[in-house]
Amino acid sequence: MPHKVISLISVGRHPQSGRSRRADQDSRAVELGLKLAGTDLDVVHAGNAEEPVLRQYAGMGLQKVTVLEQTETADAIPALSSYLKAEKADIVLTGVRSESGESSGMTPYLLAEQLGWPIVARVADIVEIKDGEAQVLLALPRGQRRQVTVKLPFIASIDNAAQAARQSAFGPGLRAKMDTQTGSTEEDNVRVNWSEAPAKARPKRLKVVKAKTAADRFKAATAKPQGGLGKVMKNESAQEKAQAIFDLLIEEKVIR
Amino acid sequence: MVIDWLPSILIVVLLLLGVIGMLRRASLWRAGQPEKVNIIAGLMAMPGRYLKDLHHVVERDKYMSKTHVATGGGFVLSMVLVLVVHVFKVEEQIVAWALLGALLLMLVGAFFVFKRRLNPPERLSKGPWMRLPKSLITFALTFIVLTLPAAGILPDGTGGVLLIAVLSVGIVIGLGELLFGMGWGGPMKHAFAGALHLAFHRRPERFGGGRSTGLKPANLDASVIGVAKPSDFKWNQLLGFDACVQCGKCQAMCPAFAAGQPLNPKKLIQDMVVGLAGGSDANYAGSPYPGKEVGQAKGSPNEIITAGLVSQETLWSCTTCRACVEECPMMIEHVDAIVDMRRFLTMEKGETPNKGSEVLENIIATDNPGGYAPGSRTNWAADQNLAVMKDKKEVDVLFWVSDGAFDMRSQRILRAFVKLMKAADVDVAILGDEERDSGDVARRLGDDATFQSLAKRNLATLGQYKFNKIVTTDPHAYHCLRNEYADFDKDGALAGVEVLHHTTFLNQLVQSGALKLDAFKGGKVTYHDPCYLGRYNGEYKAPRDLLRSLGIEIAEMERSGFRSRCCGGGGGAPITDIPGERRIADMRMEDASATGAELVAVGCQQCTAMLEGVVEPRPQVKDISEILVDQLIEEVH
Repeated sequence: MPHKVISLISVGRHPQSGRSRRADQDSRAVELGLKLAGTDLDVVHAGNAEEPVLRQYAGMGLQKVTVLEQTETADAIPALSSYLKAEKADIVLTGVRSESGESSGMTPYLLAEQLGWPIVARVADIVEIKDGEAQVLLALPRGQRRQVTVKLPFIASIDNAAQAARQSAFGPGLRAKMDTQTGSTEEDNVRVNWSEAPAKARPKRLKVVKAKTAADRFKAATAKPQGGLGKVMKNESAQEKAQAIFDLLIEEKVIR
Repeated sequence: MVIDWLPSILIVVLLLLGVIGMLRRASLWRAGQPEKVNIIAGLMAMPGRYLKDLHHVVERDKYMSKTHVATGGGFVLSMVLVLVVHVFKVEEQIVAWALLGALLLMLVGAFFVFKRRLNPPERLSKGPWMRLPKSLITFALTFIVLTLPAAGILPDGTGGVLLIAVLSVGIVIGLGELLFGMGWGGPMKHAFAGALHLAFHRRPERFGGGRSTGLKPANLDASVIGVAKPSDFKWNQLLGFDACVQCGKCQAMCPAFAAGQPLNPKKLIQDMVVGLAGGSDANYAGSPYPGKEVGQAKGSPNEIITAGLVSQETLWSCTTCRACVEECPMMIEHVDAIVDMRRFLTMEKGETPNKGSEVLENIIATDNPGGYAPGSRTNWAADQNLAVMKDKKEVDVLFWVSDGAFDMRSQRILRAFVKLMKAADVDVAILGDEERDSGDVARRLGDDATFQSLAKRNLATLGQYKFNKIVTTDPHAYHCLRNEYADFDKDGALAGVEVLHHTTFLNQLVQSGALKLDAFKGGKVTYHDPCYLGRYNGEYKAPRDLLRSLGIEIAEMERSGFRSRCCGGGGGAPITDIPGERRIADMRMEDASATGAELVAVGCQQCTAMLEGVVEPRPQVKDISEILVDQLIEEVH
């Protein structure tokens, strides 16, 4: 039985020009969706159907894009969750976080919460779907992968380690159908109260290079972090755990 | 007796069969897309185009031009007179003598064709082309003998039935090739299709010494953008393919072919012929695409070209240097066809190879191929004290900086040029961050949508300001601004504006005495003609004049001027990067080294980058503005 795969897309923002574009992680979600479902893939956007960026996604070879039409200030979650429920999705693919708007990275979590589905974060690939379960590869730092098995249906947020999106072709993008449905009218209160300002560069911790030789430097750059300083707290009380985190934050001068 | 009439009947029958074949051939071209041509004017202009423009190209090879005049001219004349004498039976002896004269002329020509074919160069196709001189000789000899009685040299009825039978065989062989073969796809097809191709050429501006090099805009509203199937070409493009004589001059000039990349312009055109007529390339008897076997390609007018007729790498190997077009005696437009097919691959399939997709995405998102912040475009000029159009509004010279602004090597060229302009006290300004990529790379990579968008936005910016000249150091931007933006310039932003390459402009300054230059004291210098300056825009003189004004005697390379070899950097070739056996830039540097030069003068940042990418030891590479700036005599005030 073919599985219903849905990729969620948003309007991205180019880091250099600030111009709208196909978001990197979202387009990887479409790429993975195309791998899993081919032309049966349903690609969904909550927002404006006239948005030209949707054509860039469609240029990846989509016959149509489903648009849950709603204003910019409306919350995307209610519209998306009711759509996903109605469509009986098996796998929902999203980016880890959007490139514009709140960019909180909360969309997959909030959807998972509302639908009561599991979420797998930072997925590099979905290897196999069999007997109502999927073999999923999670992306870990330094190119490491962890394989997990997840029961359908689930939500996956797609990491930058996933297969890069294919080229967008102008012609098919232009001709793709925008299948519009009414989205939600619920105002996104959090969003409305936010104000946007250009990001300030975060201070970086000074890196003291201790390595004396090229080989040492290479090792430092490539080796697995040893951790050493970390501590695994399993049996301690919540109080003690919180205290440990608090101490660390002070030590790292995050709180003064 | 019936047998006496046999020659006449054979002539008429073969003529009719030939005409039927030609009509059938014309119906194959009609499968192409409509394109308006002026039929009457075209046909009227055709003889002139043949005698002047085509012959001008053929004349580069004196042996062949004389041979062709004798054979072709002799044949056309004799064919007309054959009809007069042997079909309409005009019995004036003078006409028969004229026919004998024409046939002798043709015979002499055919003999030289024969001689050429004894040991043909590699670029020539073999196969049916090898029998052509024999057919020509058979035709001439047969009709000479047949005409002797009419001229009164031999009495009527000489030789009797036997001779007539032998001559009839000669007629079938000769006219079979020359009339029947013309209509049914034999080597002589070139005469018929070639003549019509000249009449209905898609770029009539090329005739009479003109130049037409800008690509035609793609129709973005079409149901399929670009050329997917042979029938997506314009009908007169299909006709143009059929005009090919397989002389292989294109192949001999093609840098990609020489580098062992899978492209041979001649084979490509022949594959297009296979596509328009349907069938396979099994009968092709010329050089293959390097590394690809002949006989595997199949196609028909309504089959996708890249699905079995021509491989994608072949189309992406082209540097759009236009050497093939410049060399083609039949004035076929190879580059147009290649870009048409690339448009389909990029805009419909999204299959631009290697870095193509990334570069196009960068251009779309940041207006430059490197994906740099648009706000950093003018960073190179932080110390140049250059006026910006936004503040000046009106200026004599607008300096179009191009994407060299983002590249540190190209910035040296830009700075040198700015210094020269300052020394000559030029009233100049730049667009600054308002400038965008010219769209050259996007267009050559087949993304005409992005090109058109850039062209329109650049023109809107230019339209806000007043200036008399645009000068640029980048021949690719120069070509776009000068030859390709006009199609989108609805508001006349560039009307009356002179678009100049910096070498032309600097030459004007030097000639007018605005720039004082010292003599050059270095070693031997050679000059590399950038394709987009030379073949695309016909500027061969200004850069050489500039070098001469420094007292340099240019050590010319064997391939120079209109026969200059590409550096390998055009048409997005470094981006699509199709593997070959050699690198084009290495071959070009070998050309330069062969002159013994210590310095290669260039007029293009892309050529500079390509040639400097060749491993040392090699001659130094400098843009002409950099050479000039070193010899600049600065006046102390």
